[in-house]
Amino acid sequence: MNPGYKLSPVEASYSFAFLDEYAKREIRRAILKAISLPGYQVPYASREMPMGRGFGTGGLQVTLSIIGPDDTLKVIDQGSDDSVNAVNLRRFVEMTCPGISTTSNTSEATIIQSRHRIPELPLSEDQVLVLQVPYPDPLVLIEPSEARRKTMHGEKDYSRLLTRLYEDLIRFGEITISHRYPTRINGHYVLDPSPIPRYDIPKLNRSRALILFGAGREKKVYAVPPFTSAEPLAFEDVPFRTEDFRDPKTGERRPCSRCRSTDSFLDEFLDTKGEKIYQCSDSDYCNHRLFRKGSRPEKP
Amino acid sequence: MGYVAIKGGGRAIKGATAVLEMLRTSEGDRGTPLSLDVIETQLRLLTSRVLSEGGLYHPPLAALAIKQMQGDTLEAAFTLRAYRSTRPRLLETPVQDTSGMRIIRRISSAFKEIPGGQILGPTFDYTLRLMRFDLVDEDPKTFRSFVRRFLKDVPEDRLPTNFPRVVDTFRAEGLLPPASPRDITPFDITREPLVFPVPRSAALSTMARAETGSLLALAYSNMRGFGDIHPTVAELRVGYLPVLLPHPATGETMEMGEVLMTECEVIAMYEEGEDGGSPVFTMGYGACFGHNEVKAISMAILDRALQKGMRDGPSNPSEDPEFVLLHIDGVDSMGFASHYKMPHYVTFQSDMDRLRSTRRKAEGTGQDKTGKGYDPGGDPA
Amino acid sequence: MTMQTEMTDEAVVASGAAGTPVPETGQKILAVRDLTKIFGPGCGECLASTGPLADTNVCPRCGSIIALAEVGFNLYAGEILGIIGESGSGKSTVVKTLYFDLSPTGGEAVFHHSDMSFNLFTLNAAQRRWLRNHRMGMVYQNPHLGLNFSVSAGGNIAERLLVCELYHYGKIRTLVRELLSRTEVPPGRMDERPGGFSGGMQQRVQIAKALATRPPLLFLDEITTGLDLSVQARILDLILEIQREFMTAMIVVTHDLGVIRLLAERTIVMKHGRIIEAGLTDQIIEDPQHPYTQRLVASAL
Repeated sequence: MNPGYKLSPVEASYSFAFLDEYAKREIRRAILKAISLPGYQVPYASREMPMGRGFGTGGLQVTLSIIGPDDTLKVIDQGSDDSVNAVNLRRFVEMTCPGISTTSNTSEATIIQSRHRIPELPLSEDQVLVLQVPYPDPLVLIEPSEARRKTMHGEKDYSRLLTRLYEDLIRFGEITISHRYPTRINGHYVLDPSPIPRYDIPKLNRSRALILFGAGREKKVYAVPPFTSAEPLAFEDVPFRTEDFRDPKTGERRPCSRCRSTDSFLDEFLDTKGEKIYQCSDSDYCNHRLFRKGSRPEKP
Repeated sequence: MGYVAIKGGGRAIKGATAVLEMLRTSEGDRGTPLSLDVIETQLRLLTSRVLSEGGLYHPPLAALAIKQMQGDTLEAAFTLRAYRSTRPRLLETPVQDTSGMRIIRRISSAFKEIPGGQILGPTFDYTLRLMRFDLVDEDPKTFRSFVRRFLKDVPEDRLPTNFPRVVDTFRAEGLLPPASPRDITPFDITREPLVFPVPRSAALSTMARAETGSLLALAYSNMRGFGDIHPTVAELRVGYLPVLLPHPATGETMEMGEVLMTECEVIAMYEEGEDGGSPVFTMGYGACFGHNEVKAISMAILDRALQKGMRDGPSNPSEDPEFVLLHIDGVDSMGFASHYKMPHYVTFQSDMDRLRSTRRKAEGTGQDKTGKGYDPGGDPA
Repeated sequence: MTMQTEMTDEAVVASGAAGTPVPETGQKILAVRDLTKIFGPGCGECLASTGPLADTNVCPRCGSIIALAEVGFNLYAGEILGIIGESGSGKSTVVKTLYFDLSPTGGEAVFHHSDMSFNLFTLNAAQRRWLRNHRMGMVYQNPHLGLNFSVSAGGNIAERLLVCELYHYGKIRTLVRELLSRTEVPPGRMDERPGGFSGGMQQRVQIAKALATRPPLLFLDEITTGLDLSVQARILDLILEIQREFMTAMIVVTHDLGVIRLLAERTIVMKHGRIIEAGLTDQIIEDPQHPYTQRLVASAL
């Protein structure tokens, strides 16, 4: 014991982007490897971050390793810049990366860190999308051993995963995978695209922006480089389908109750009167449409 | 315009932080803030646990983490671990022989007498777990004078500085396989991810900072019957181990301080020797920061189980390196369990879409669940 | 990939046991030489100190089990070769090594198919997997080894078709239905899991799965053991029909002389990891040379 121990100034402060420089360099090397092997899960020594595993520590390590003072960061969770976890992560990056800018405006951001959504607005070559990943491996559905899964990926052996889809079709007449839809990148590796809805899967295909995936707890980084093919696993005669927002009674697609958009992913919830409401999940997209129409968005 | 979903995350977080702080200080005028020294000494086993699971030997910071996280060991270890992420690794200690440990407790259940002697030391093992009501309203005077009286009454026993390890006597007789070579470079789990199969040193480091309860549960499963280890504790020791580091300029090894550690070696049933040699006992090793005997014993049992699993293939969960090593980390597992509290609106929306669509299909076509399934048109079902 | 030079018939009986030259027709599709499998550390005396003469397959020096010792034979397109022996004779180990379930300690096996030759034990994991999935089929005694019981009967067959990159659901369904009909499994039960099927039907699902890719080479390991006699007879008939229809070469492993008599033109008799006798099945049954074979035949009569 050291009675009355005083922490030294070095011990009691944090450096730019929280992680030590060696860690950031190592993660950047993993990212480069991930870009070189599209869809391949690169193992890295994931560090403990000051928020819980599962709260975006993988995405955060990727963001912190690539961010510099001239970057503009947008952080969203469930499509919203203002949800608790997004606020928490953004605040942390602002605190540990002096000089960077943050925004909620999708087109202004150079780095977008997101959980569960890809923004509605198409991304550009100048942007990097960082997705937070709880389960990096789509094969975990059918094979618990990581060592065996690694061989299966290497041999492009996805027949058991496809058999799972076949079984869905015979039992339910539908593929039941709702989100985290297994997607084949560049004709080889099948990845778990993180828990984005099927609605967002087509946005991965030949994306102009670099898409990086960071899994903190499972310690993997992987990438869909720009202009790379991304095809959801499906049968030739059973097309991949995104979420259906049509009203089964009228057959019409439901509009967002705020901005009336009929081409965005919708959140469904009950208002205080118990009535069902449909609203854009991407809050920035919704706000922009409202601005364009000349009405002000309601303050949340 | 319609209803707006409640978001306002920033305000909510601020509120949560304030309530937490209010609860911590809710004694109000009667309260005294906990000092780090009080935590480190009076809650020394709690501090030990946090040091060990945090994987960073820094008792004042461990005490701070305990104070800040209001006594939650998982959260405190996690905070210490996150702090560690910010520090570069500058030097590596050489692989060390622990016979130079400054012992405060040392026992062997294999022999009545061991070279150097048994030292019971600080242990609750043979104290009765009866409530000590005298501690409810403890007299500060008695409290403060005990250590003085203790040191006065206890004769200064000249303890030897070097205790031969019990397992060395087994080795000398050839009853145990020889020790692994000292010159191997141990796997550094803070710099390399586990990609299976992993070497034993990776397994040992992972277990050394594992969550105590998780290790205990898996080790217990092996002892109880989902495994075959009936261990004998060859030696359990608690003491201070010097930290040796190479001098940055000269490279010469220097003692830089010491760390409190618990170390355990268990001996289990014998097996055929390598290359047709005589049968030998098998051994498991456990060690962790701080005073945490259950953890060290559990680790030693699991080390022995994993060695068997790595060699012959696992025949139960505690022998499966992937199963054990990927599920014992407190930071990983508690984080993931907690994350389910976060919003999952989007994925749940997706789930509802699938269920509704599937139900429509079942109802619309009148097919039962064992029906012919998806009909792409060409299916002559 | 190496091409094998044509082997003489003597080489078929590689373990040196007496055997009559056997007429062989058709294209050779498999040549096995010196196939050896030792469980245990192995030592210099393993082979010399075990075998039918020593009457053991356990090496007295190092305790290793000699499951196979320098076994060799040829297999021709469309032919059914029987391997018979008691348990522990190594007969199942032969097909397990050829199907890559076990890796051999030594020896060579060359598989010929449409102008290509594959030296089986020098292939990498991906090549092995490809051959297993595309060119070979296996039916195990224990259906749990050949079928995934958490997937429907049809799904089991679909998996094999998916491996071969057939990604059309409608076509997969049609093929699955055809294969199950061909192996006499009611197609109406194709979406049920095999756990609810009778033992005979589970074997027929395994056969359908093995046949899904129309492999030129099929391994059958004690597939009727433990089944009722009437069920056995129907499965054996099915095997014969398949052989005629698809010209599939097969290696049939059994301890049952009746199975050999019905299915195999040529037979290998094994004991303690060695081939002790080989030749035309009729000759072996009518004029067994080795005392063990004589006992086997006598007991079956």
